[in-house]
Amino acid sequence: MTLTTEKQPRFHRDSKPLEMLRSMQTIRRFEERASDDYQAGAIYGVVHCYIGEEAVAVGVCAALNKDDQIISTHRGHGHCLAKGADLNRMMAELYGRQTGYCKGKGGSMHIADFSIGMLGANGIVAGGIPIVTGAGLAAQLEGKGRVAVSFFGDGASNAGPFHESINIAATWKLPMLYVCENNLYSAGTTAAETLALSDVAARAAGYGIPGVVVDGNDVMAVYEAAEAAVNRARAGQGPTLIECKTYRWRGHTERPGQADPRPQEEIEAWRQRDPINRFVTNLMNQELLTEEAWQEMDAEILAAIEDAVKFAEESPFPEPGAAVEDIFAES
Amino acid sequence: MRKISYAQAGTDALIEEMQRDATTFHLATSAPDELVNEFGTDRVRATPIAEGAFTGIAIGAAGSGYRPIVNWGMITFSFVAMDQIVNQAAKIHYMFGGQAKFPITFRASVGGGRRVAAQHSQSPYSMFMNLAGLKMVLPSTPYDMKGLLKSAIRDDNPVISFESNRLMGVEGEVQEEDYTVPLGVADTKREGSDVTLVALAWLVHEGLAAAEMLEKEGVSVEVIDPRTLVPMDEAAIRASVQKTGRLVIADEAGPTAGASAEIATVVTEDRETFAKLKAPPKRVCALHVPIPYSPGLEDHVFPDRDNIVAGIREVLDT
Ligand SMILES: Cc1ncc(C[n+]2csc(CCOP(=O)(O)OP(=O)(O)O)c2C)c(N)n1
Ligand SMILES: [Mg+2]
Repeated sequence: MTLTTEKQPRFHRDSKPLEMLRSMQTIRRFEERASDDYQAGAIYGVVHCYIGEEAVAVGVCAALNKDDQIISTHRGHGHCLAKGADLNRMMAELYGRQTGYCKGKGGSMHIADFSIGMLGANGIVAGGIPIVTGAGLAAQLEGKGRVAVSFFGDGASNAGPFHESINIAATWKLPMLYVCENNLYSAGTTAAETLALSDVAARAAGYGIPGVVVDGNDVMAVYEAAEAAVNRARAGQGPTLIECKTYRWRGHTERPGQADPRPQEEIEAWRQRDPINRFVTNLMNQELLTEEAWQEMDAEILAAIEDAVKFAEESPFPEPGAAVEDIFAES
Repeated sequence: MRKISYAQAGTDALIEEMQRDATTFHLATSAPDELVNEFGTDRVRATPIAEGAFTGIAIGAAGSGYRPIVNWGMITFSFVAMDQIVNQAAKIHYMFGGQAKFPITFRASVGGGRRVAAQHSQSPYSMFMNLAGLKMVLPSTPYDMKGLLKSAIRDDNPVISFESNRLMGVEGEVQEEDYTVPLGVADTKREGSDVTLVALAWLVHEGLAAAEMLEKEGVSVEVIDPRTLVPMDEAAIRASVQKTGRLVIADEAGPTAGASAEIATVVTEDRETFAKLKAPPKRVCALHVPIPYSPGLEDHVFPDRDNIVAGIREVLDT
């Protein structure tokens, strides 16, 4: 695997790297809490955690505007938060409450916030890729320079909808980023078992578009790759495939007792490359962050999450009869 | 006899049939350890997440002399393979004039109750029943799971095994010796004389509980489990309704164009059975909505033993 060397933060005066750090830590703290509350029975069904992969969502979304659009996967909390979703409404959705983003109908695997260009988490592997390509088509038709971003896993990159969509986007020069989060596994199956190449990005050549491999645990490297791809897309030069090499720290889902075939040493080695720790160290070395400021930021994040839990707990469950609402739009 | 879970009964059926027939092999997005250990990775393959491709691959291998077993995981994921299922697997034997056989077993879990929302809580067997050329089973007990799955694997046609999520951990007696449950034969899970309850999968268990509740009031409920949806054991259903004169159908799928509609028609279209009906048939199904996440919403959508009791009371009152 080829990885870029650690990128130095470039914004020496403005607050962007600190905002990015805050966003990464918010994702981590949110999911730590979601996992605890899931184990405690306050969150239901299935929860997939993004912990360890935060630099991908945050690095890419930092290169986007509010009206740019993204689509997510089953592992969606990170993409939601990085695009600017509201903690309260996210937590309330996980808690199955009326005040949640989807009025309690979706849960962890199906959060969307159309007002910020977050077109939804999706329970179907590769299911979102054609949909967000359609958002890319809309952006092209509209002609205002908006872009659309597809987040998906290494597993999804083997599915037909990925290949079909990226070919269309390449041919039509749609303003798209295809961001593959290669965490080396699809559930319990290794990427090596299902992919004859080591780099998903190498496939870009087959579609006539640029393919870039990035250290997905280096948020600035992700940001720079995304920024270049966004510029290309806004300039009408078409899509880019960005492959972020990363790793999930936790099991495929939070369900207890689930088999995890991954070697302990491998998990440990990737924990050593913690995207948040690396960024913090980097920012401190650059004297953009002090230990006190970092502690303070973390405390603020934890407080905001505590508030979100409180908001969720105090929100009502939907009325049972609401189950039959929203099947069709009112026209 | 041995007590094993519904899920284990499925695995046991696969192991025994794969031992029995060297032309069988297994495809799924993850290779189950129990099968890999016994048969190796040549016969037990982890596929990429490419349901359309590996469904078609099974069809091609089946037409070339093999007997593939495909596990789609949830029925949800089979939808990615709809062309291969609908346009290819269901029609290929017929369309080419019966030249080749396509013995394939497709497995998929169905059902709700797990708080996993609309995409992961589906029971769409009637969508598949609507196609000519596919057989399908829907077991409700470990015994039936093992016996039906063995019949499915030995059958020379594509057979879909719909397996209830809610029943995976349910245990039951399964005999040690080799046996099969033939396709197309219903099972009377409980005999009764006042009303026939035709129930599917998890609702067989809810139906038996409902029957017990009603027994205390002197109502005798006969519980029939079709076990196979295609071919459906029409004779058994009609015979029971001719005896009781009343029919309630319980299915955790929605009612619209569902298996429940088919079962009602099996009864009402038959002049002799229709003549014996003392009340219109009653369906106890899920509401016709995508399945919501929040527990109170989801529980509102699915029928349970109380809804079955209410449905039975309704046909008794008329
Ligand atoms: C079409 C489809 N097939 C199978 C599944 C079951 N499934 C859920 S997540 C997953 C693994 C996805 O791997 P990847 O795309 O690499 O994403 P990751 O979980 O690693 O983030 C699988 C097989 C699914 N959701 N959709
Ligand atoms: Mg993956």
